Amino acid sequence: MSAEEIKDLLTHTLEGMQVEVDDKAEPKGIKVPPSQIKPVLQELYQNPSTYFDMLSCITGVDNGPEENIMEIIYQLYSIPFNLQVMVKVQLDREVPKVETVSDIWKTANWQEREIYDLLGVHFENHPDLRRILLPADWEGHPLRKDYKHQEYYRGIKVEY
Amino acid sequence: MANEIQYTYQEDNLVRSEPNKYKEEELRSTEVVINLGPQHPSTHGVLRLEVLADGEMIKEVVPHLGYLHRCFEKHAESLPYNQIIPYVDRMDYLAAMNSEHAYAMGVEKMLGIEDKIPKRVEFIRVLVAELNRLASHFVAVGTYAMDIGAFTPFFWMMRDREHIQRMLEWVSGARMLYNYIWIGGLFYDLPVGFEERCQQYIRYLKPKLKELEDLIINNKIFVERTANVGVLPRDLAINYGVTGPMLRASGLRLDLRKVDGYSVYPELDFDIPIGEGKMGTQGDCWDRTYVRVLEIHESVKIIEQCLERLTSDHKRTRDFDPQQVVPKKIRPKAGDFYIRAENPKGELGFFFRADGKSDIPYRCKARACSFVNLSVISEIARGSLIADLVAILGSIDIVLGEVDR
Repeated sequence: MSAEEIKDLLTHTLEGMQVEVDDKAEPKGIKVPPSQIKPVLQELYQNPSTYFDMLSCITGVDNGPEENIMEIIYQLYSIPFNLQVMVKVQLDREVPKVETVSDIWKTANWQEREIYDLLGVHFENHPDLRRILLPADWEGHPLRKDYKHQEYYRGIKVEY
Repeated sequence: MANEIQYTYQEDNLVRSEPNKYKEEELRSTEVVINLGPQHPSTHGVLRLEVLADGEMIKEVVPHLGYLHRCFEKHAESLPYNQIIPYVDRMDYLAAMNSEHAYAMGVEKMLGIEDKIPKRVEFIRVLVAELNRLASHFVAVGTYAMDIGAFTPFFWMMRDREHIQRMLEWVSGARMLYNYIWIGGLFYDLPVGFEERCQQYIRYLKPKLKELEDLIINNKIFVERTANVGVLPRDLAINYGVTGPMLRASGLRLDLRKVDGYSVYPELDFDIPIGEGKMGTQGDCWDRTYVRVLEIHESVKIIEQCLERLTSDHKRTRDFDPQQVVPKKIRPKAGDFYIRAENPKGELGFFFRADGKSDIPYRCKARACSFVNLSVISEIARGSLIADLVAILGSIDIVLGEVDR
């Protein structure tokens, strides 16, 4: 099944869906508006003709203050159909927030925590949104393009 | 200044930097929070487990990570593609060749030169990667036996791994962190005489594998300690994104070497072992260890075939240059790429975003198999005894360098 067919499937099953195909991605991807990401992923997970039962990876990308966009990219893999797809969603960089998918795939729990930790994206209704890699009292989110680290952490100079 | 105080000690420093999830005052009278790690030999590095226990039963395990966080993704934002390879080595430091192979394949795919790589280079890559897979599984099985109280297997496994490390040192100059597989080629061709030395090693190793099975796998004490402990059902494993030997032990025959058929794996003959619950339930700790031991046998098969090909159709020639397709300038076209490969511990994935204007990736994210595999621990440890927690953690086979990156 190609990305175009997945797009057709989604526009047929879900009403008012605006899905775009992203040709520059490898494996092929679709772009979804942030308000519709949860139903789209739910449909891709449940639909017997796609059945994306494994969420391989979630990536967060910050595009910098000029473009003012943050992106979340979901790598889905369907084991029975041996099919991969990339689902992209663009968020507002000022208030980056998106619905959690950790109730569909439990693996999203930690991966979303990592994105929250490093990029500061807020995942709504996440059961346990805490920092995971950095200490709880670290300031800022390092993978943002305009990140400036704090000068001192507990008396240790951060600049090396 | 030598006398400058580096760390200001305050009593609540630890509480503020990594607070427990469960607060003392919210616990019921039978519950207790036990802290395991970060400095504990059975956590295989620096991992802290916060265990909520009811008497001797585990109610919840909360891992606290990040003690080995080295900002791989932040560093990768400012380095050219070829200079990231040493950082990739340091993620899963027990299987650096496999990580390098995955990374190099990914960048080659972005550049569109993956078909131009000479066959000899591909076979050497698979050969060293499988040798490294052997070494990684030796550590996994050996340290696992040591975790649960058997000391001898650890020494035996380390002895066999030492040969591999010396061979790989001969190949690349380093024992663990190789930087041997380059984008588009290799650092060097194999040293003269390597194939014979490797064949000797395989001849030496085969009887030792039989000993390993007698010593650990079929050992009654080991079986009683691990069978029916930490059972991971298949549907839960998939939902948690668990991959590698852990997923196969739960009974799903999924190996990316077969599914994706990357590099020269389609030309090689090997099987995918799965756990069958021979000694207990499918997907228990014994199954996970047994799958690793079976995979050692499969890797030996692959190594033998590679050696056979490297001494016949793809023989060493005087004019063979392993760097002939190494690109002078690595500048992939703009776009997003996700590349995955089968590491000893599971699916290692790399997400790249290239902007098409520079030879530095705009974003490089590593999907680490240990990180994802570890996230299932609270699920499989729930309801078991505290004494079993170390057995469960060891059977997951994590490398903290990869969990924290």
